[in-house]
Amino acid sequence: MEAFKTHTGIGAPLRRSNVDTDQIIPAEYLKRITRHGYEDGLFKAWRDDESFVMNHPIYKNATVLVAGAEFGTGSSREHAVWALMDYGFKVVISPRFADIFRGNSGKGGLLTAQVSDEVTEQLWAYLEQSPGAEITVDLPTQTITAGAISASFEIDPYVKWRLVEGLDDIGITMQQLEQITSFEHSRAAWRPKTLS
Amino acid sequence: MAKTLSEKVWDAHVVAQGEGDTPDLLYVDLHLIHEVTSPQAFDGLRAAGRKVRRPDLTVATEDHNVPTLNIDKPIADPISRAQVEALRTNCDEFGVPRYSLGHAEQGIVHVVGPQTGLTQPGMTIVCGDSHTSTHGAFGALAFGIGTSEVEHVLATQTLPLKKFKTMAVTVNNQLPAGVTAKDLILTIIAKIGTGGGQGYVLEYRGEAVRNLSMEGRMTMCNMSIEGGARAGMIAPDETTFAYIQGKDRAPKGKDWDEAVAYWRTLPTDADAKFDHEVILDASTLSPFVTWGTNPGQGVPLSAVVPDPADFSDPVERTAAERALVYMDLTPGTKLKDIFVDTVFLGSCTNGRIEDLRAAASIIEGNKLANNLKMIVVPGSARVRLQAESEGLDKVFVAAGAEWRNAGCSMCLGMNPDKLSSGERAASTSNRNFEGRQGPGGRTHLVSPQVAAATALLGHLAEPKDLGM
Ligand code: SF4
Repeated sequence: MEAFKTHTGIGAPLRRSNVDTDQIIPAEYLKRITRHGYEDGLFKAWRDDESFVMNHPIYKNATVLVAGAEFGTGSSREHAVWALMDYGFKVVISPRFADIFRGNSGKGGLLTAQVSDEVTEQLWAYLEQSPGAEITVDLPTQTITAGAISASFEIDPYVKWRLVEGLDDIGITMQQLEQITSFEHSRAAWRPKTLS
Repeated sequence: MAKTLSEKVWDAHVVAQGEGDTPDLLYVDLHLIHEVTSPQAFDGLRAAGRKVRRPDLTVATEDHNVPTLNIDKPIADPISRAQVEALRTNCDEFGVPRYSLGHAEQGIVHVVGPQTGLTQPGMTIVCGDSHTSTHGAFGALAFGIGTSEVEHVLATQTLPLKKFKTMAVTVNNQLPAGVTAKDLILTIIAKIGTGGGQGYVLEYRGEAVRNLSMEGRMTMCNMSIEGGARAGMIAPDETTFAYIQGKDRAPKGKDWDEAVAYWRTLPTDADAKFDHEVILDASTLSPFVTWGTNPGQGVPLSAVVPDPADFSDPVERTAAERALVYMDLTPGTKLKDIFVDTVFLGSCTNGRIEDLRAAASIIEGNKLANNLKMIVVPGSARVRLQAESEGLDKVFVAAGAEWRNAGCSMCLGMNPDKLSSGERAASTSNRNFEGRQGPGGRTHLVSPQVAAATALLGHLAEPKDLGM
């Protein structure tokens, strides 16, 4: 996984709360068996609506999404993270993320920066006033800067460490194989098995 | 130290304790997989030259994509077929057992675990599917994971995780007659909100919960995720043990005694502390339905469509305004005056035998309302066989409903069973998101009893409205 330090890119204001994973990418895209190429499904239903903010050509190269609270609720589909990343997003900023979505993001390398409702509102106002403006997100110092706005964001410290170092989870766990094996020896024999 | 149920299960599965910001490494007792969230995980294993560590703790089923008609023919949609075929090839290559279309255990992943006896108290259970919370009804710590985590569990049988916070949802007194587990959980979600459970494991307890059957408990735990929670749990008791005993994968003989003795130690200690508690009085509840486009937007069936202007929270107000446009509803309309085109009885929330029985008992001897379509989709092939042995299929068919094969079906727009744009459904599933049941489709979440009464009257209704 690529290490994440600082990122600067065009911010897209998505003034909606409860953006669930069905909105981020509809179920029909889940039929694919590949890991890339989901950008065409991102916000599919909304993109058919001309007035939808992301349809503005200025956001074609947006990399920082500023969304309302409860972003990523709903199904556990990791495709939601892939679709955002395939589109080019590196960071999502929101006052609250759904747990599974946040977990999936950390694994995929998408930064979820949690800020207050006020900061979200400020960022929206700024981006709407200056469409195409850039936002800088610095992970080591956990700060967001955009125009005159400077705010800190929250992120789980462990996820932060992994992102900053660019480490993948399976590799880390593989170093603990001995402990896993010894745990398995101590498990009760009556625990169910799927193969007999 | 006094512990809650979820803390006991967690602590019993810690392979390596995390320090500071490092998560615990948690052992996984059962890994359920299906065709949608696993192909990329198997690809990852292949690319890294890794094996499935414990195929004997892993099992696959086909559910999201499968058609519920003509299952003896190849799947018509080439993309769905490719995904199901990828699952079969992956399982066979990595030695993972699978319940494919046509197998007696095939069905929705969260119906399969409990019916085979694989779901037991005190286990950790994961699946690349958010409704894995269903299995918490047995006192297991069960939660949904993403595809990268699926790969992680396949490779290591563990997951690095931070401990969840605990919330008690205490439901005192008894549910009135005609009020079900579905009404109870919809009421809870409306109360705590779709984000209210975030970061928490919910433990449902109190008299009303104790009195629920295992299937009712599964309905409740299933929808914990709609309240934002990672998992829902109910302490195992005699009802739990009786349900498991004799199932294929249940412990037998001396093992059974040992297992039950262990399971009895799991309930939350009397002096254990929860991070948060919500209390409800079951006796005040009534059938509950959703009017909006998230599962928290619900009201009692006897109420009217709310007016967004009455919401004090501006975020909720905007959400309500949008939802009413999408749902094509006007504030003040009686819920019971809303007519539907389709009734869907099924899903991992309400596709079990008791759900089918409850609906059949209302429908028996009656006819569906004019121009209304009802599809009945058993949660698994086994549920279907059981229902047929009781003659329930005949009841539904005689009324004019369609009797289908097992799968997720109209719960999500991913297989041939979909709502058309503008169509309105009363659905026993768990999500009423925009387009969830098909692009432009409108969903009202209901209990099987309300679904059945609605199917007969054509508008949202409860059995009482039929004089039952
Ligand atoms: S029935 Fe619906 S909620 Fe349950 S697993 Fe299938 S798609 Fe998911």
